Amino acid sequence: MELAYTQEEEEFRARLRAWLAEVLPTLPSRPDPLDWPARRAYDMDWQRRLHDAGYAGLHWPKDAGGQGATPTQHLIFLEETEAAGAPYVGAGFVGLLHAGPTIAAEGTSRQRARWLPPILRGEEVWCQGFSEPDAGSDLAALRTRAVRDGDTYVVTGSKIWTSHAEVADWCELLVRTDPEAPRHRGISWLALPMDAPGVTVRPLRTLAGSREFAELFLDEVRVPVGNRVGAENDGWRVTMVTLSFERGTAFVGEVVACRRTLRLLARRAQQNGCWDDATVRRRLGRLHAEFSALWRLIQWNVSEAAHGLRQGGTGVPGVGGSVFKLRYSHARQELYETAAAVLGPASLELSQEWALERLSSLSYTIAAGTSQIQRNIVAERILGLPKGR
Amino acid sequence: MDFRLTADQEALRRGMRELLAARFGRQALRAAVDGAEQQQVVDGRLWRELGEAGLFALRAPQSAGGVGLGLPEAVLLFEEAGRALLPGPLVASHLAGGAGLVAGAADGSVVVTALEEEPRPDGGAAPLVEHLAAAGAVLALGEGYGTGAGEGCPVRVLVPGQLVAEPMRSVDPLSPLHRVRGLLPGQPPDDGGGTTGGGGGRLGGVSAEVLRGEAALLTAALQLGSACRTLELAVGYAREREQFGRPIGAFQAVQHLCAEMLVRSETARSVVYAAAVTADDEEISAAKLLADTAAVGNARDCLQVHGGMGFTWEADVHLHLKRAWLRAEQWRTAVAGEERLASALLQPICR
Repeated sequence: MELAYTQEEEEFRARLRAWLAEVLPTLPSRPDPLDWPARRAYDMDWQRRLHDAGYAGLHWPKDAGGQGATPTQHLIFLEETEAAGAPYVGAGFVGLLHAGPTIAAEGTSRQRARWLPPILRGEEVWCQGFSEPDAGSDLAALRTRAVRDGDTYVVTGSKIWTSHAEVADWCELLVRTDPEAPRHRGISWLALPMDAPGVTVRPLRTLAGSREFAELFLDEVRVPVGNRVGAENDGWRVTMVTLSFERGTAFVGEVVACRRTLRLLARRAQQNGCWDDATVRRRLGRLHAEFSALWRLIQWNVSEAAHGLRQGGTGVPGVGGSVFKLRYSHARQELYETAAAVLGPASLELSQEWALERLSSLSYTIAAGTSQIQRNIVAERILGLPKGR
Repeated sequence: MDFRLTADQEALRRGMRELLAARFGRQALRAAVDGAEQQQVVDGRLWRELGEAGLFALRAPQSAGGVGLGLPEAVLLFEEAGRALLPGPLVASHLAGGAGLVAGAADGSVVVTALEEEPRPDGGAAPLVEHLAAAGAVLALGEGYGTGAGEGCPVRVLVPGQLVAEPMRSVDPLSPLHRVRGLLPGQPPDDGGGTTGGGGGRLGGVSAEVLRGEAALLTAALQLGSACRTLELAVGYAREREQFGRPIGAFQAVQHLCAEMLVRSETARSVVYAAAVTADDEEISAAKLLADTAAVGNARDCLQVHGGMGFTWEADVHLHLKRAWLRAEQWRTAVAGEERLASALLQPICR
């Protein structure tokens, strides 16, 4: 049990801090959250700067153009960038955290050479076409069809919850290539060019009023067979390889931000008199415990992942991922509910600080595996309970 | 950074688990419960064996005949004790043995209990003391906690006869309790430590504030062990018990209860272990708060998973729940912990 960072890790942190102190004042001003092209430009500019400074693809393997950093270095990177107020990965999310690592792990050398460098340099944006209107938690029920026609697939169907679709160049797409095979065995992974004829993007408005994701309609879109990563009908495995690429670091920046918000909230309560209410104080105190524990859980999971990697494994955290997500998504919602309690009627004004976060926090128990699905995973895979129904 | 247990720590934990399985397994636990009304709950022989195994001298320096290990190792041993529902004033005896406050505490020949607060002359809420009849000494750690009184609180060692105390019917059959109405100005025990320690409430170089924090952390470790055990009991029962032609653990309603139990215990574990490493007072508050929540919450869910059996004396789960309630009232309670943690939010942070 050691929480101190090694000298090497501290040196990494010091170099990063120095670079952040230098680069952050030179960034352009933040774009309007509703202006997607401006957001893309801003996020890609940041990625380019990371690339030029040697921080692009920090957690990617070196032979894929990444830095091959340890999970602990990745943790430090995410902690420091958030603490310094640096931009978030933003529109680079799918490319850097899912499609890129998938191509790195399963792609041919030609595919890696074509798609990986533009992701690292901040030149191309990827989005994700996995979920469908009738395939959400039950992803393997997906029905978007790809029919082989010579050296192209003809793809027809629809996808939903696709973030950054409006500004993406590529979509990592799961399609059904064998409708006769058992559900998990008839799926393939394709790289879909978003400018191909037959692709229609319809933005979806979230309950927070923003356009964070879209529906994707595919009408006989022709995709070269060479855009398939992995073998035909092996797409489920290809996708899962990368879903397990997550090393316990997914929410590091957010937890750092939540802990800062909690302190601001306590000061606000002190200013507006709420602090005199013991129930508010105690709620804030418990949240402080919650987020302290979540931070330690991250360090625990990262230590496990680092150990796994050293042993030649995948670096997948064991018990950690689902346990963390279940607790964190709930804690985040409680944080913004408490913010509303501190603000009182002012929380009803959308321009008020924390009002939009309160709304967006509602997605946390749904996105990337609902809490119910997470509990199924914990019960069956970790606790070894019989398969549920 | 490597937060995982070292090989030595794993071995230490395994050794304690094996010792307790051999000396305080389920049969011994139930025998203790059945005999609790007639006899002493604390088994003097077992206590000395625990002393020999190093439980009480674990953190005493090797130069003083101790094991010379730290809080992380102590937390691992206490987690195992909590798992096994080992009765007795383990925390007070460990503190007294580690700091050399009571002769005989370290080797387990003297059982030491604790008084957390001074009884008030106005007869207000009387503090409780566990296992007073078995104790040869009482570690008194000042008046109250969460008051910010800190350094001013004295560390004292009292002889049990100094306590004006009356027995009460304890909810936990294995934790006899006394209500303390007052203190007599007794003769100090033979080592002369029976009076207020030197300046700053220190006795033998330890401050009451530090000891109270350690007591809260070790109590949190006991709670963590209990929370892990009730999860195991629930999962074991859910796999075995069949209704509607299948194990009840195949039903999502039951699965989700069990999954939340794991979330509670693993979240508590991360902060309890971290607090053992940092010994930071804020983190100890978080550890106690979440470990209390995990122990009580898991015992309740375990009881629910057991259905009607959970409401019987025969199932062990009620013993865990009752002990968890008792531990939650000891050292840093939820109110005290939450208030401390809230105040800490207003302090500037150093990065």
